[in-house]
Amino acid sequence: MSEQPTILLVDDDEDFLLQQKLYLTNAGYNVIAAEGRKEAQAAADENDIDCAVIDLMMEETDAGFILAHHLKKNLPDLPVIMVTAVTSETGLNFDSIATGEKKWIKADAVLAKPIRFEQLNSEIKRLLA
Amino acid sequence: MNSEATLNVWVVDDEPGMCLGAVRTLNGYHDRFSDLEEKVAYNVESMNTGERFLEKLETSQPHILLLDGKLPGIDGIGVLEELHTRGQPIVTIMITAYATLDKAVEATKLGAYDFLAKPFTPGELRNAVHKAARNVILTEKARQLEEEHRKVRFNFISVLAHELKSPLGAVEGYVNLIKTRQAGDNLDDYDHMINRIGIRIGGMRKLIIDLLDLTRIEAGTGNRRIQPLTMHDICNSVLELHTEAAAERSITVTLDCPDGITFTADSSEMEMLFNNFVSNGIKYNRDGGTFTLQITKKEGKLTCTFADTGIGMSAKEQERLFKEFSRIKNEKTRKIPGSGLGLSIVHKIIQLYNGNVGVSSIPDKGTTFTVVLEESSNP
Repeated sequence: MSEQPTILLVDDDEDFLLQQKLYLTNAGYNVIAAEGRKEAQAAADENDIDCAVIDLMMEETDAGFILAHHLKKNLPDLPVIMVTAVTSETGLNFDSIATGEKKWIKADAVLAKPIRFEQLNSEIKRLLA
Repeated sequence: MNSEATLNVWVVDDEPGMCLGAVRTLNGYHDRFSDLEEKVAYNVESMNTGERFLEKLETSQPHILLLDGKLPGIDGIGVLEELHTRGQPIVTIMITAYATLDKAVEATKLGAYDFLAKPFTPGELRNAVHKAARNVILTEKARQLEEEHRKVRFNFISVLAHELKSPLGAVEGYVNLIKTRQAGDNLDDYDHMINRIGIRIGGMRKLIIDLLDLTRIEAGTGNRRIQPLTMHDICNSVLELHTEAAAERSITVTLDCPDGITFTADSSEMEMLFNNFVSNGIKYNRDGGTFTLQITKKEGKLTCTFADTGIGMSAKEQERLFKEFSRIKNEKTRKIPGSGLGLSIVHKIIQLYNGNVGVSSIPDKGTTFTVVLEESSNP
């Protein structure tokens, strides 16, 4: 890993993407921003990624799961953080999902939107350590 | 209630012959309500005292009650009083040989639905029960409609809350970054963030304006001012609002509306309708494209054609067009702002003018909406 870890940031909300990009860049990361699953997959093929932060629901409701699955298939050790508004809107708590069921969610951490910038940063640091 | 419903009828009478007669007349009898598209069968149970009825009522309840006025122990009026006290309304037909006007008034006050004077024929009983059953069906239908209405409103409010929460979250995020100077030292980035805040606030404002328009149309016709309108003027005033947006993207706007066309309608409704179609025709157009608004009138019907050379829609996308908050989401529309209410507003306005709307669209070629409106006849 280089001194500046590279984060792949994927979200179809242009404002969320811009905010996270500015914050993480300022926090010392090299950030590659992608607005959708295909763009993210292409970026991951062309760059050395140290961590991926993926929005769950993008152009398709399960786009984040599919992307995480593909990334982990090629890079099993890549830390993946799933970000989702599903928790706050439906009350669905990913922490309460049984371990067996959780296996198909290819993410090392799930963060509920709205996420605090500091919270995202500390989660990235934890997974990169 | 489905088309094969069974209604429970309880007969409370101390005369065994009366109970048996009611059971024989109604049990297994299939009643039809063709205007309501319902068919019901009756399941009849009898009991010989008011006390027995009230005891049974603790565990179940009939749809229709045939209640004798004169019973040993608690009488018919007493039973009605008890139902009234318990707040347990049941469609009740009073059966009595001693009907007096006073008794009838008292029973009606306590919620009796109808009377049947003894002795009665099987046909008369069926007629009375048929009438009561119609009341039961209508009440149930009204309840279902109310429930459906409640669900629709609930869904609308949930989506609305989400639509307002997203831009608020974005604005909050930017404010937080700016306040804490956590976005680096490049001032251009800060300008860009402030610009985005403005855009998201503008989106919220548009949503609220659309919401107010929608509410105004749904609230009814109280404030409408129906008068003859010169369509050329209406079209020009709406197109003027979009001149700048069209020029910015080199979109050529053409109006084809003969001078003499007038149409009797409410001007603000017409402006809302045209504004939404013109706005979409520009927003979803390609740079350097064209937008044509054509108006014709024949036999009191106004035909408005809004044709653009924009991104177009697939057949599947067209199906969802007029639903509230159903914006077409794909790569091409992602960055185009919109409240998702525009076309549901125009759909409601079109209904006010007994009109209809057609759409023909080819992806990447363009979309043409054709709206036909009938002149308003109630100025």
